[in-house]
Amino acid sequence: MENISKSQRLQHLYWRAGFGATPEQLLKEVRPVKTLVKEMLTQSDFQPLVVVDVDQFENNKTLKKLATNDKPDRDAIKMRIKENAGLIRDLNVLWIEQMASGTDILREKMALFWHGHFACRVLNPAAVQRYLNTIRTHALGNFADLLMAVSKEPAMLQFLNNQQNRKGAPNENFAREAMELFALGRASGSYTEADIKDAARAFTGWGYNLRGEFTFRQNQHDDGLKTIFGQTGQFKGEDVIRLLLEKKQTARFVTGKIYQFLVSDQADSRESQTRIKGLAEKFYKSDYDIAGLLEDILTADWFYQPSVTGNRIKSPVELLVGMQHSLGLVFQQKQSLIFIQRTLGQVLLYPPNVAGWPGGRNWIDSSSLLFRMKLPDLLLRSRPVTMQPKQDGDVNTQLLARRGGDLMQVKIDWDAFEKSFSEVGPDELADALAAYLIQQPLGKTQRAVILQTSADSARDERIRNLTAALMALPEYQLC
Amino acid sequence: MIMKRQEFLKQSALTTAGTMMIPSFLKAYELGQMNVDPTGSKILVVVQLSGGNDGLNTVVPFRNDIYYRERPTLAIAREKVLALNDEIGFNPALEPLKALYDDGLVKVINNVGYPNPDRSHFRSMDIWQTASSSDQYLNTGWLGRYLDATCSGPGGCAQHRAIEVDDTLSLSMKGNMVNGLALLNPQKLYNQTRDGMIKALADHSYPETHSNAGYLYKTLAETVSSAAYVYDKSAKSVHRTIGVYPTHELGRRLKTVSELIQSDTRTRVYYVSISGFDTHINQMGQQERLLRQYAEAVKAFMDDMKSANRQNDVLVMTFSEFGRRVKQNASNGTDHGTANNVILVGGGLSGTRSDRVYDQAPDLQNLDMGDLKFTIDFRSIYATLLEDWLATDDVAILGKKFPKLSLL
Repeated sequence: MENISKSQRLQHLYWRAGFGATPEQLLKEVRPVKTLVKEMLTQSDFQPLVVVDVDQFENNKTLKKLATNDKPDRDAIKMRIKENAGLIRDLNVLWIEQMASGTDILREKMALFWHGHFACRVLNPAAVQRYLNTIRTHALGNFADLLMAVSKEPAMLQFLNNQQNRKGAPNENFAREAMELFALGRASGSYTEADIKDAARAFTGWGYNLRGEFTFRQNQHDDGLKTIFGQTGQFKGEDVIRLLLEKKQTARFVTGKIYQFLVSDQADSRESQTRIKGLAEKFYKSDYDIAGLLEDILTADWFYQPSVTGNRIKSPVELLVGMQHSLGLVFQQKQSLIFIQRTLGQVLLYPPNVAGWPGGRNWIDSSSLLFRMKLPDLLLRSRPVTMQPKQDGDVNTQLLARRGGDLMQVKIDWDAFEKSFSEVGPDELADALAAYLIQQPLGKTQRAVILQTSADSARDERIRNLTAALMALPEYQLC
Repeated sequence: MIMKRQEFLKQSALTTAGTMMIPSFLKAYELGQMNVDPTGSKILVVVQLSGGNDGLNTVVPFRNDIYYRERPTLAIAREKVLALNDEIGFNPALEPLKALYDDGLVKVINNVGYPNPDRSHFRSMDIWQTASSSDQYLNTGWLGRYLDATCSGPGGCAQHRAIEVDDTLSLSMKGNMVNGLALLNPQKLYNQTRDGMIKALADHSYPETHSNAGYLYKTLAETVSSAAYVYDKSAKSVHRTIGVYPTHELGRRLKTVSELIQSDTRTRVYYVSISGFDTHINQMGQQERLLRQYAEAVKAFMDDMKSANRQNDVLVMTFSEFGRRVKQNASNGTDHGTANNVILVGGGLSGTRSDRVYDQAPDLQNLDMGDLKFTIDFRSIYATLLEDWLATDDVAILGKKFPKLSLL
């Protein structure tokens, strides 16, 4: 097997399990990968992200009242909608900054994964905040607990219409997505339409109250017999979750998706399929211990093979957070963070649909690639922004399409960054920076192009120009 | 005119393109195939009205008492409606469109929708853009898959066969093998691709591997080539815009479409969108302003096409992700609904004056919880346009057979 250097192993781990390492971290870190992974899995300084009081949940009810009044106060309605969108935007930014802080990175990375897996999009900021903290709480815990908790989240119940799922008038949306997207996978052929119908009946009565808490409404529950996956009983929602977890396909499906997220977006090779099968067996036997699964992946020898490293397309959020973390970059205007997410097609807390972001090569088209390659210029060299993302038509999200100013105001901690390269001689600077920023060998052409951008300048200016140039390479889009 | 590849490269700022990365549409020059467009000359222009345009106040059922009863402050007065037949007529803001209608260039398709309609903007737009069922999630758009289908023909894959006049690309334009090209105007995109290191990197030949790096470089090279090709064509051609385009975004964008069509860039599909139709509050002024902009822009565009003698080669399809509820809300607006009308504009429409309204007026008596029921699946329109207009295999692109409509 080909080997990669210790530093490359570290960088690979930090990029896949988090959002990259700072150059300083790489210089100082001496512990073996196994120890680091253990530490990532056991960091326990969990803090909920908070932008709104939980008792603000009723806000939306008041909003509805405002709108259905005989004489609706239009200005008040508009103001409330704007406030709500503003709060969700604040939560988005808070989460991005948490990711970029570098603490508890694996939790945030996996929360990002679960956000795509349990994709959910609602307008009530208190509900969104609850949902986000639930997936962050269980991100490294147990999948059975996570599935149950997220299924009982008011945001999810609302998004998938379970509030309207009643005895005698079932709404199948929640039951269908629970099978198709949360547990078994559409292509698996391991459930039937009849299973969905009866599962929907089992979920009748699951809802939430005005305080934003899960409630079981007995009078709306259909307590008749249901047959799901060949078993018959007076099943309730909890039973459906249990039956889903009993199926090995659930472990297989979830493992496959995590593998795609952490290892390779092209996971259908025979080699990958064999690995996924083995990992899924163990995951199932461990009763869905997420930390165990992650440890198996992140410490496997094959995880550090050159065929795996540097070949994953960063999602827009990974790209953005990675730049923030590497450079100690801070945005002066929070709207810039939203603008970048919007232009590149991934706005946290606003996934495109319940299936989440498709990821991989789907991130890339002519305009997103050109914008990614332009981004270092906008952030590191204060060049003007000339692009404008399109509006999605929803009055509730108009706030997100704003660009802010033509210039993005950022602060970069260049001193800290440059210090890590102070031992590097002038002729080795480009290669040292490339070895840090690019997760695969730098090609000859690319090297020549990079060098052209920084000829004849003072050292600190050279470091900045080289960094901006390296971050503009297609290779920087990969990790 | 048959141009040799060398000559073409000399003229088109592509001189240093590495052989390996020359996209197949350029290779076609070597075969001398580009002087005949093997896929025909018909052009589809899609106009997306984002936000859910209120169809009932766009094409007004002015003989229907239920309409006036359910919309006490929002209904368009009978005498103001621009009648198309005895039952329905255009919103007065659509006067320029009515002029096109009178020339036989417009067809209104009523009651368009899909089973189990979704009332969320993004999800319903997803469904329209990917042509999926409401319980299906696709990562490619119907026009992207059209683009895929052109890959197997002579000339191979080329981004610029489908152009979205915008800074970013819609899901509808993303295919499995190739994505459409987004550009606000040819000059702007061209400048972007000349910027900094981009040109030098795109010229660099990258081995055709299955790696993602290979994929990124391939996308980059194709983007730079397509941008140069479109810019080159448009800079060299003589295109005239005689229409008076309104000076707002949609007007500017359709003007760009007109110029590109006249530049003969071999683009078969154009995509533009206009937003602001989510009229929950104070709908009347807002919608009329947008409809007027829309109608003026389309009229100016069609006038251009007529003077350029391309009227019979273009078809404009206008849609929105859903219509709105029949009953107005308490804020002088309307909430998210379901079925809606789709409007076709162009010289190639079939039929006589009397059948330029397809399907009967919406049935306001027979609603589904306050919303219109659809009778025509939007994918039947797509299927018809794909086969009858773009001359391609609709079933391969839509994944299933939908009944064709007699539109063209």
